[in-house]
Amino acid sequence: MSGVVASDLRTARRRLAIDSIGIWVLAIVIGTIFGFTAREGGLSLIETAAFSSILFAGAAQFAAVGLLAVAAPWGSIVLLVWLLNARHFLYAASIAPHTTHLPRRVRAGLAYLLTDEAFALTSAHIARLGRFDLAGGWYAGASIFVPWNLATIAGWLAGAALPEPGTIGLDVMFPASMAGLAVGLVRDRAALIALITGGAAAIAAAILINPSAAAMIGGLIGPLVGIALTRRGGETR
Amino acid sequence: MIDPFRTDLVPLAILGGIGTYAARALPLLAPGVDRLPAPVLTYLRLIGPAALGAIAAANIFVADGAFRVGPEAVAVITGAAIGRWRNSLLVGMAVSVVVVLLLRATIAA
Repeated sequence: MSGVVASDLRTARRRLAIDSIGIWVLAIVIGTIFGFTAREGGLSLIETAAFSSILFAGAAQFAAVGLLAVAAPWGSIVLLVWLLNARHFLYAASIAPHTTHLPRRVRAGLAYLLTDEAFALTSAHIARLGRFDLAGGWYAGASIFVPWNLATIAGWLAGAALPEPGTIGLDVMFPASMAGLAVGLVRDRAALIALITGGAAAIAAAILINPSAAAMIGGLIGPLVGIALTRRGGETR
Repeated sequence: MIDPFRTDLVPLAILGGIGTYAARALPLLAPGVDRLPAPVLTYLRLIGPAALGAIAAANIFVADGAFRVGPEAVAVITGAAIGRWRNSLLVGMAVSVVVVLLLRATIAA
């Protein structure tokens, strides 16, 4: 709590709550689509809910359902899921230095909720406060877990009745949320360079290697370039 | 007709979840993370903008394995800029949705 007054905390939490509204909408839209897609792919309601609550990783869930639809072996599905979600290792490593004061069981619980969106909200909250706020961390995780799982069930039950997201522009909400949160984390030249080079590396990786490798490669290369180019000028913070 | 209570694929979700959880938990549970050298901590701090920017860029600039600048890219960049200016993610996302709808309507007309 050092260095953070109550009004700063309230302001930061208000910002977190406002930012999370877009994430809730995103989770509801994509979660509904996943529920519907899983049903179309032959998954039961329980199996669909298990993917959203246990695996809890949007892109990997879609990939798994897609592979199930072509009768891929379980081993290849599990391997793809693990590879797709390897980027979460970077997210956890990024947040970890701020959470070492927390009990292990709390960190273990927070880890369960660490998706793209939860990481984005949490990182922005840490950047605003200069420290980790446990209530904010739980809220960020719940902001995706709760609507995602409810929407998954709703999508399985009634997804066919919903309009195609692209027809009402909702298909851009995911990249818009990631881009918006990324630029919100830019506090100095090193972060700006990391963002730009991370994006460029991701584009190259998506074209030359595989779209599933893009986030991991961009997330690894961007910070290296950000540090290298700013170290010459003596600025990395 | 799908039996809504069938559980055959639940073990697959669990297997996928084990590796996913390991990736998320190992760095958070590893001891001594706060005693890492300063350059490593700086690197970790920069992962946020780099990884999130990477996800956004791969989503909007790559389609069918090729580089592409379409209405989605313009909409997302416009939304991110306005969201940064207005200091609001929600405003930025709303702008992106409106811009992509306008551009698609313009292109279709």
